[in-house]
Amino acid sequence: MLEITSPIQLLDAYEETKSLLDLRSGKRGGPQERMILVCGGTGCQASESKQIVHEFKRLIKENGMDERISASISGCFGFCEKGPIIKIYPENVFYVSVKVADVPEIFDSHILNGEKVRRLLYEDPKLKQKIESADDISFYKLQQRVALRNCGLINPEKIEEYLATGGYQSLAKVVGGMSPKEVIEEMKKSGLRGRGGAGFSTGRKWEYASKSTSEEKFIICNADEGDPGAFMDRSIMEGDSHSVLEGMAIAGYAIGATQGYVYIRAEYPLAVSRLQIAIDQARAAGLLGKNILGSGFNFDISIRLGAGAFVCGEETALIHSLQGLRGEPGTKPPFPAESGLWGKPTSVNNVETLANVPVVYQKGADWFSSIGTETSKGTKVFALAGKINNVGLVEVPMGTTLREIIYDIGGGIKGGAKFKAAQTGGPSGGCIPEQYLDTPIDYESLSAIGSMMGSGGMIIMSDQDCMVNLARFYLEFIVEESCGRCAPCRIGNKRMFEILTNITEGRGTAMDLHELRSLAETIMDTSLCGLGQTAPNPVLSTMKYFMAEYEAHVFEKHCPAGTCQKLMHYEIIAEKCIGCTSCARGCPVGCISGSVKQVHLIDQARCIKCGACLSRCKFAAVSRN
Amino acid sequence: MKKTLKHCESYQEHSKQFQELGEYLDSLQIDQRNPRRKDTLIMTLHRAQMIFGYLPEEVQLFIADRYGISHADVSGVISFYNFFTVTPKGKIQVNVCLGTACYVNGADQILAEFERILEIKAGQVSADGKFSIESLRCVGACGLAPVVTINSKVYGKVKVSQVREIIERFLTEDLEVEEVSHA
Ligand SMILES: Cc1cc2nc3c(=O)[nH]c(=O)nc-3n(C[C@H](O)[C@H](O)[C@H](O)COP(=O)(O)O)c2cc1C
Ligand code: SF4
Ligand code: SF4
Ligand code: SF4
Ligand code: FES
Repeated sequence: MLEITSPIQLLDAYEETKSLLDLRSGKRGGPQERMILVCGGTGCQASESKQIVHEFKRLIKENGMDERISASISGCFGFCEKGPIIKIYPENVFYVSVKVADVPEIFDSHILNGEKVRRLLYEDPKLKQKIESADDISFYKLQQRVALRNCGLINPEKIEEYLATGGYQSLAKVVGGMSPKEVIEEMKKSGLRGRGGAGFSTGRKWEYASKSTSEEKFIICNADEGDPGAFMDRSIMEGDSHSVLEGMAIAGYAIGATQGYVYIRAEYPLAVSRLQIAIDQARAAGLLGKNILGSGFNFDISIRLGAGAFVCGEETALIHSLQGLRGEPGTKPPFPAESGLWGKPTSVNNVETLANVPVVYQKGADWFSSIGTETSKGTKVFALAGKINNVGLVEVPMGTTLREIIYDIGGGIKGGAKFKAAQTGGPSGGCIPEQYLDTPIDYESLSAIGSMMGSGGMIIMSDQDCMVNLARFYLEFIVEESCGRCAPCRIGNKRMFEILTNITEGRGTAMDLHELRSLAETIMDTSLCGLGQTAPNPVLSTMKYFMAEYEAHVFEKHCPAGTCQKLMHYEIIAEKCIGCTSCARGCPVGCISGSVKQVHLIDQARCIKCGACLSRCKFAAVSRN
Repeated sequence: MKKTLKHCESYQEHSKQFQELGEYLDSLQIDQRNPRRKDTLIMTLHRAQMIFGYLPEEVQLFIADRYGISHADVSGVISFYNFFTVTPKGKIQVNVCLGTACYVNGADQILAEFERILEIKAGQVSADGKFSIESLRCVGACGLAPVVTINSKVYGKVKVSQVREIIERFLTEDLEVEEVSHA
């Protein structure tokens, strides 16, 4: 068993393990040597990546090739759209949408005979060309992977592989040679800001917590990832848990904490199990626990589960939940840095923030702050989803434009549809319309255009998505998730939701538009926590940029995107109708008249817009608009 | 009147499950004088729900007793969190993700189709206790949107036209596999 009790032993372990990655970094590899990595993230596991590894292992064994061929799972490669993905090193060949049944062919052709399986190679949709090496895929070319540096490169269940990347050496540097004050100064200098939403300086947060005097302090890793449609933090924990643990230990040293908690949502069972494996391994190796690396610094980490409440991502609510209470937010100040878990000074940091921490000490604050914009340093991971070709995880330097993310990395809009808006910041954020596609994104620029960085969810919408309905969707989410403690949030958002529902169902009035605005103001000004304070953002930003769409719903009772069911208008085209009666028999309210072989007619006054006639007509004689 | 646990019928009937929960609680070494002992309460409730399938009153009382806290402390926490349920769910639990990525890819129509075929609404259990449907928010597999999970199996890129087939396939193939692996 690996035991590492001093910086020297850590270096020895590095020397011993680093060759593990040689094949993957192209440093070694006889023509016969191969390493097969299969994505083992939630998305790909759902599509049977476990069986794929299993099948490879079986074939390797059968052919007696254990010595030079290996197969293993890795964290998420980020290119979830095309999963399950496998990579073969040293050539760095990238196979997409692999099925268990494809494994024998890959094995025979590629592994045994050195012939790539062309049909499984990724095809560049623009060039219409098969791409042979992962390095040449445009999805990856413009990315800069800092927080995701090890995701998809190492086996997340083996601490040796993390050590081989130089893992835990930042911790050694910090506890072995720097004072907590120096650690904080370096962090401040790096310019790293919280990736969980608010974007507060991580160094300053640590400074406040370190200045609060107390016998006992805590580090909490916020792994609640509540924004629906975001999966950055999940992928980091599934693909590289140790970097988060190392970040937490460094944070602990900086502020003087000896205990850390990871608060993680229960919807992420795979991430929970990977984290637990990592904690157990780090503890067994002596990299967590008492007297870490002989420095006298003690630090341990435990996992605590959430239970499905979005508001628990808010730090004071999270702290209540961790104490076994209802997860209701508290008032700030006092901030957790003064009085947090059990009233003790606590630094709450997001998963991605913490994954960045070891890099700051490994490569230096100057290196880190050389990336990004004036106010926002480093990179940001976005979970790109919605109507986009390359759904997946994307990490780019701050200051990259939305256009680059959507078109160059994301491969453009699905099905060739037209871009309409990008939603960032989840239920607290807003929609960014086309005219801002060239905005270099950082914390400030996104706020300036009525959205926010948020935690990194980025949902792309096309002209087939209705903005009013999207606002309604977020409000519904907020109404379900409001903890109900304060009236403006509890009642105000409910009222906004009702108004939006009325508008999308054709009952909206001009007054409603005014009321939405004034409600939004009241809710933002008088709510206790960030959930309420930001809840109206999706409504305000869509009203700002897509007012014409609201007006079409209200005044013309028409949904331009064609998504609001109740505003649809069904008609039978007389020239096409052959009178088969199918629609009339399927209409739940019996509002279609006509007899056999006669043209049918819909009684508009009674039609409930259910769409049954449209799906039943085999002669395309029913139109909807 | 305060109920005493030991005389509850269901306590006798489910003694094996209570024993399992009891052993888990033993391993936590709860010190009833420690004001911080509740930090494991949510973990315990997760475990209990895994064992019993839901959190009936007897289970809540059992847990309250072991922590040395009031029943109201336990039920207050349970009612706050969406994950916990005090009524049994179906043997086959269908979860339709209504997170943003799934929603913009038509998850609401997938949900409607499950509701139509199984003849129950989200949040309900079928009369025979076999099926239940829930909607949930993002399982983090947004690349596969729209996503549906049935018990522990994940289905991605689901189309309305596939829903019936998914249910039928689960009933014939996957359920058997599950039963075998649980046996
Ligand atoms: C309603 C609400 C939900 C939040 N959800 C999360 C979350 O899921 N993950 C997260 O890291 N931060 C979340 N935050 C932000 C946290 O309160 C806190 O600012 C953050 O965890 C601090 O870490 P950072 O400085 O590293 O970003 C949320 C805030 C609010 C108001
Ligand atoms: S703003 Fe909403 S979520 Fe926040 S404390 Fe008030 S009621 Fe609860
Ligand atoms: S949309 Fe529904 S209610 Fe209206 S005519 Fe067609 S079937 Fe009848
Ligand atoms: S189903 Fe189509 S063709 Fe048949 S009666 Fe209706 S509109 Fe006419
Ligand atoms: S939104 Fe459905 S899995 Fe993320």
